[in-house]
Amino acid sequence: MATLPDTSSSPKERSLVDVTNLALGAVSVVVVIGVWWLAAASGAIALPGPLEVLIKAGETIASGQLFVDVGASMGRVLSGFFLGALLAIPVGFLMGWYKVARGLIEPWVQFFRVIPPLAIIPLAIVTLGIDEKPKVFVIFLAAFLSSVVATYQGVVSVDRTLINAARVLGARDWIIFSRVVVPASTPFILVGFRIGLGSAWATVVAAELIAAQSGLGFRMQQGQLYYDLSTIFVCLISIGVLGLLMDRAVVWTERHLTRWQERVER
Amino acid sequence: MIGAPPAKIWFDRTSCVFGSGDAAVAALKDFSLEIGDGEFVTVVGPSGCGKSTALNIAAGLLKASAGNCFLDGRAIAGPGPDRGVIFQQYALFPWLTVRKNVEFGLRVSGVQRAERRKRAEHYIGLVGLGDFADALPKTLSGGMKQRCAIARAYAVNPEVLLMDEPFGALDALTRVRMQDQLLVTWLKDRRTVMFITHDVDEAVYLANRVVVMSARPGRLQEIVEVGLPYPRTEDIRLSPEFAAIRNEVWHAVYSRSGQIDT
Ligand SMILES: Nc1ncnc2c1ncn2[C@@H]1O[C@H](COP(=O)(O)OP(=O)(O)OP(=O)(O)O)[C@@H](O)[C@H]1O
Ligand SMILES: [Mg+2]
Repeated sequence: MATLPDTSSSPKERSLVDVTNLALGAVSVVVVIGVWWLAAASGAIALPGPLEVLIKAGETIASGQLFVDVGASMGRVLSGFFLGALLAIPVGFLMGWYKVARGLIEPWVQFFRVIPPLAIIPLAIVTLGIDEKPKVFVIFLAAFLSSVVATYQGVVSVDRTLINAARVLGARDWIIFSRVVVPASTPFILVGFRIGLGSAWATVVAAELIAAQSGLGFRMQQGQLYYDLSTIFVCLISIGVLGLLMDRAVVWTERHLTRWQERVER
Repeated sequence: MIGAPPAKIWFDRTSCVFGSGDAAVAALKDFSLEIGDGEFVTVVGPSGCGKSTALNIAAGLLKASAGNCFLDGRAIAGPGPDRGVIFQQYALFPWLTVRKNVEFGLRVSGVQRAERRKRAEHYIGLVGLGDFADALPKTLSGGMKQRCAIARAYAVNPEVLLMDEPFGALDALTRVRMQDQLLVTWLKDRRTVMFITHDVDEAVYLANRVVVMSARPGRLQEIVEVGLPYPRTEDIRLSPEFAAIRNEVWHAVYSRSGQIDT
């Protein structure tokens, strides 16, 4: 995939490491599922076995129920996250660039950051109603707060020499901002997005447990009510897999957009 | 050159103080120096004596707290493409390729794409990075990075080059090569150069005049006329004349400055 010479290790060594990691991962998955199966089959714990969960997964997929739930949760996460990130970028840049904006906004950001997003739910439900709005709002808040701090930190930590280098080449404020500050802070912003998306996902599931008529959290709530452990398992696994996929997507984007960065290869 | 045309750069009792009150640091005090048009001046002095401060004032990146600094007789108000600056830390834009880095200044001043390409190509070739035009800075060695920074400064065709220990981070061999390259270009275009260095050999090898600064607060301590002919060669570097001048500079820097922190 890399188009530039990689100094850390030859491609051959690289792929060997990849293969070993993959094999270890596969072994680990098989062992854990095996232990789970044994534990369930021996009746030591009252858990559904892997097979039961698989069948349940098949059923919910066939009936389309799983897609409806996943769609509901994802819809909330993505709309909330998108809005939060969209607002975080200009606000973060303002805070980083203008001292006055920083002074005015930072206390509020710091204050809301220490409040768990879920704690806003009761207030959001009372003021915004019981439909999608309170949930999207809470996710918006979670995503906004982590992205805004990252953006602001990115702008503040832009290397002075790079700004000076642009100035001596004749760049004025706007050029410096758009061609130096923005690219230089992109890695920070993307790290913020990653954290923001993680906390958005965690928040949506919890919010659905408390107050929702759809989504993975709601489905688990139902499972708890009817003692339907297989459904809970299916939901949990879906949450994990989707969370991982979203995280990977951001990491991939980050790698792609910040290929120019010097990084420590592991 | 004495009494000839007016100075290209003129530090007129320039002072610079950082901070205020008890924490104030006088980095530069009544620093006076004239650099003639087309002259190659090197500046040496103990670490922290205000060399970079003086250079940044000439670049327009810092303001003098007293005194003044002139370019062609006009007080310097800010940075501008008439003065190319080369920083010790290269300061390449890491997200841009070599070519895009070199084109940056041209782009900022609104040069058309085709013309930009052509000029960048020329300067990239000049510093020998032709094969790396599309490489990102992270894939370049220190010497290559610095050559790219030099090409970037040259591309906007500045009348003055301000160089702050540009070869400080390079190994001895690369350093000598870069020095020779710099002199070859300088002999061709005779831009005015102010070149800061820690290395007395380098200072003498390159310069018309070596400016020695005293320890903090930085003042002008002594100016040593080099007077060796150009082009300078390895023979000159090994000559007794060179050794004599180097000793003179060496003494001016290290015996009289009370502290030596390098
Ligand atoms: N931004 C700053 N704020 C406060 N003090 C500063 C600042 N920049 C420089 N100084 C102080 O001014 C003095 C001169 O600094 P300067 O960088 O000009 O030294 P220098 O001669 O270039 O040293 P070196 O050879 O180590 O690069 C130093 O004592 C330094 O501590
Ligand atoms: Mg310095």
